[in-house]
Amino acid sequence: MLNYILKRLGMGVLTVWFIATATFAAMHLVPGNPLANEKATNAVIRANLERQYGLDQPVLTQYVIYMGNMLKGDFGIAFSEENRSVNDIIRETFPVSATLGLLSLLFATAGGVMWGALTAIYRNRWPDYLIMFLVILGISVPSFVFAGLSQFAILHLNKWTGVSLLPVAGWGSFRAMLVPALVLGLSTMAYLTRLMRSTMLDVANTDYIRTAHAKGLSTTRIFLHHQLRNAILPVITVLGPSIAIITTGGFVVESVFAIPGLGRYFVQSVAQLDYTVIMGTTVFFGAFLVLMVIAVDILYGFIDPRIRVEASR
Amino acid sequence: MLYLLWILPLLADHKSRSYLPWLLRLFAALCLLATGVQVWAQTQDQAVDFATQSIQLAMSDEPRSLNSIKAVDAFGIYIVEHIMDGLLRRDANHQLVPAVAERWEMHGTTARFWLRHNALWSDGRPVTAHDFVFAWRTVVDPATASEYASMMYVVKNGEAINSGKMPLAELGVKALDDYTLEVELEKPTGYFLQLMTFIVFFPAREDFYTAQHGRYFADVENMLFNGPFTLTKWVHGAALRLEKNPSYWNRDAVHLNLINIPYITNDSAARFSLFKDGKIAVEDGLVGIVTEQLHGALENRFRIHSHSDGSQFYVEFNLRPQRPTSNLNLRKAMQAVFDSQELVYKVLGIPGYIPGHSLFPVYLQGVKAKFRQEYPVPLPSLDLAQARRYLQKAKQELGVDNIPPLSILADNREINILQTQYLQSLFKRTLDIDLRVDVQSFKQRLDKMHTGSFDLVIAGWGPDYDDPMTFADLFASWNGNNHGLYNSPLYDSYIKTAQDTDDQQIRMDAMSKAQQLLIDEAVILPTYERVISTVQHPQLQGLVFQQTGAQMVLTYARVVE
Repeated sequence: MLNYILKRLGMGVLTVWFIATATFAAMHLVPGNPLANEKATNAVIRANLERQYGLDQPVLTQYVIYMGNMLKGDFGIAFSEENRSVNDIIRETFPVSATLGLLSLLFATAGGVMWGALTAIYRNRWPDYLIMFLVILGISVPSFVFAGLSQFAILHLNKWTGVSLLPVAGWGSFRAMLVPALVLGLSTMAYLTRLMRSTMLDVANTDYIRTAHAKGLSTTRIFLHHQLRNAILPVITVLGPSIAIITTGGFVVESVFAIPGLGRYFVQSVAQLDYTVIMGTTVFFGAFLVLMVIAVDILYGFIDPRIRVEASR
Repeated sequence: MLYLLWILPLLADHKSRSYLPWLLRLFAALCLLATGVQVWAQTQDQAVDFATQSIQLAMSDEPRSLNSIKAVDAFGIYIVEHIMDGLLRRDANHQLVPAVAERWEMHGTTARFWLRHNALWSDGRPVTAHDFVFAWRTVVDPATASEYASMMYVVKNGEAINSGKMPLAELGVKALDDYTLEVELEKPTGYFLQLMTFIVFFPAREDFYTAQHGRYFADVENMLFNGPFTLTKWVHGAALRLEKNPSYWNRDAVHLNLINIPYITNDSAARFSLFKDGKIAVEDGLVGIVTEQLHGALENRFRIHSHSDGSQFYVEFNLRPQRPTSNLNLRKAMQAVFDSQELVYKVLGIPGYIPGHSLFPVYLQGVKAKFRQEYPVPLPSLDLAQARRYLQKAKQELGVDNIPPLSILADNREINILQTQYLQSLFKRTLDIDLRVDVQSFKQRLDKMHTGSFDLVIAGWGPDYDDPMTFADLFASWNGNNHGLYNSPLYDSYIKTAQDTDDQQIRMDAMSKAQQLLIDEAVILPTYERVISTVQHPQLQGLVFQQTGAQMVLTYARVVE
């Protein structure tokens, strides 16, 4: 098992290195200059700036320097914010995005597993149809629509009740997190519901469930001990990457609700061609994602003994 | 967080082995939690408060820097002007008034400022002439790499020092004593006093600056103020908090005690929602095509205020010899069919926008009155027949039967795309010229503009100081922002004339000739002057909007009952 984990981690490091290199290459191939602005600076000032950011070096030298610093855990100084290191940006904004993301994942998994199980139980009856209709809606409607709509709803709720029930936007209190977390988790919840429903149905048709019924076990016991436990495995598979994706911030939701998370740095850094922030956010996200995938693989072993056997071979 | 305890008994009570009711309980707990949260509704964060003279605001982006020596972005400049004070300041009517300097004198290339003795840093020590000398030297220090160092080139040896050819001490600024500052200029500069309100000319105290080890103004604990407000909180990307500076020399003129900025989002719909919910006192981002919000504001009978933000927009032609647009007659043909009024009133339809007729916006100051009043430009006469004659000549000169398709470069903002579509249909309809639209994201547009990969480009310029020169020198042959490489010895001579004297009559006359030359040679097609619409809380009075420097000034604002 330890051997297996080490092997996976080694592959993971290689993957992250590849991500970093590919991003570095792509970002330097894109036309444009991170120091360029609407107002062009004169040659003297541009040279001074380039020297300060090390852009006067050949690209290959820049790559070697950057990789060296990255190994030391230093992502460099942001181009777009004076005196702000990318490490600081991640350190300050990631906890915000992660808090919001974990809350939304809580909504998503609790909802997804519950609704998915319900649709499986009520297969082809009206609760099934109703929930599946909402699920399709949740998957196909983009989050900025939900974000805007829910903000509109809060605004009118506050106006109607005459008190500030929920904040329209902002960050800092638990009240402010509720709606953004719901909106952020909605599509994951819908996806998990669908996944849960199909695996529940798959499991329901297996021989061991039939056997369980035949030997006279109660429906509740079959449902909880045999069906649910087997069906939840794919959900965990999806959950690993989902954690990495959701906790690193949803740009749209964060911008609509004025949440100071990591999300906007992903989008703005590309628009600004902010080399160090692009690298920092991408590598951080890549490493996190790889780690979550490995964690899920290891977790499998504990949930499903069959996988443990496979892995140790 | 007490209401979380509601869940505990619900979770603890699961003696029965069934999990389904447990799920239901979790759901019930969540419902209860939500109710508890709602009961806990708080009301203290309101847009304005009369008793404490405090207001709440939102910003559309995080300041990139608050260091007066290096900041170049609008949000940084906005905050810095509230927490720092320069030699001069602009009053509520945009007139220059004494700030740290009590009085001043200018003779030719020498300026002398007498500093007031009661101007203090927030640690209680006086602001002295040495603080200005240190700050100005730091701005032109090549190691600082300040983007606005070029503003300091008017000071003697500024450019040479910035290029690393001279030591810092050679900069033409010295402290005659603690409270007298003398500035030696490179040459007579008619707008020098205007520059004193610009943040790169603000002071910095050497001992404090060096003690921050490169983190000067990076965070609240690295800041030293001398302006009307102090910054007491800066959570990057999330919140700022400004409080009245008790040691500010002119503190009696400042009414607001607290400016709280707990929201930073670039989503204008979200900011407008915050305004409607009574959480912020001003929403100043009703810019561009966000007219739904303007309609919403009208419906709600909000107080709408519109002001020019100073920016002038235009279509710039590429005059590189290999481009068809280098042909004067082709440009004149396009000029003769282009109508900025139709563009502004019928196509863009944004209330308040002013159709462009000149490179120089209408608010700029001339000799005695506004520049555009003293030197009016003839309104363009739309003449299709004349345009076709120009086109015929252009085809002969270019030796083609048909003008090849021209590319028009624009970045991906909605207002620019709308303009390219309008121009595309206009030139096709009137002159049978095809325009190929080249939409790029911001940095890529800059890159193509800089390397000259365009025939026409949608461009614009915001002023750095309150003088027509901030626009006029754009098309001088040596200017890095002259993207189309317009190269006219005549134009250059007008600019040099205006730059080499402080006689306002000679300067303005020269710039008016430059204005006319740009029209005669069809170097640009002016499109519009931008206007920003804001909604304000009725209890908030005394807001000032400017075209240069901080767009919104809160120093003179107050909350009324």
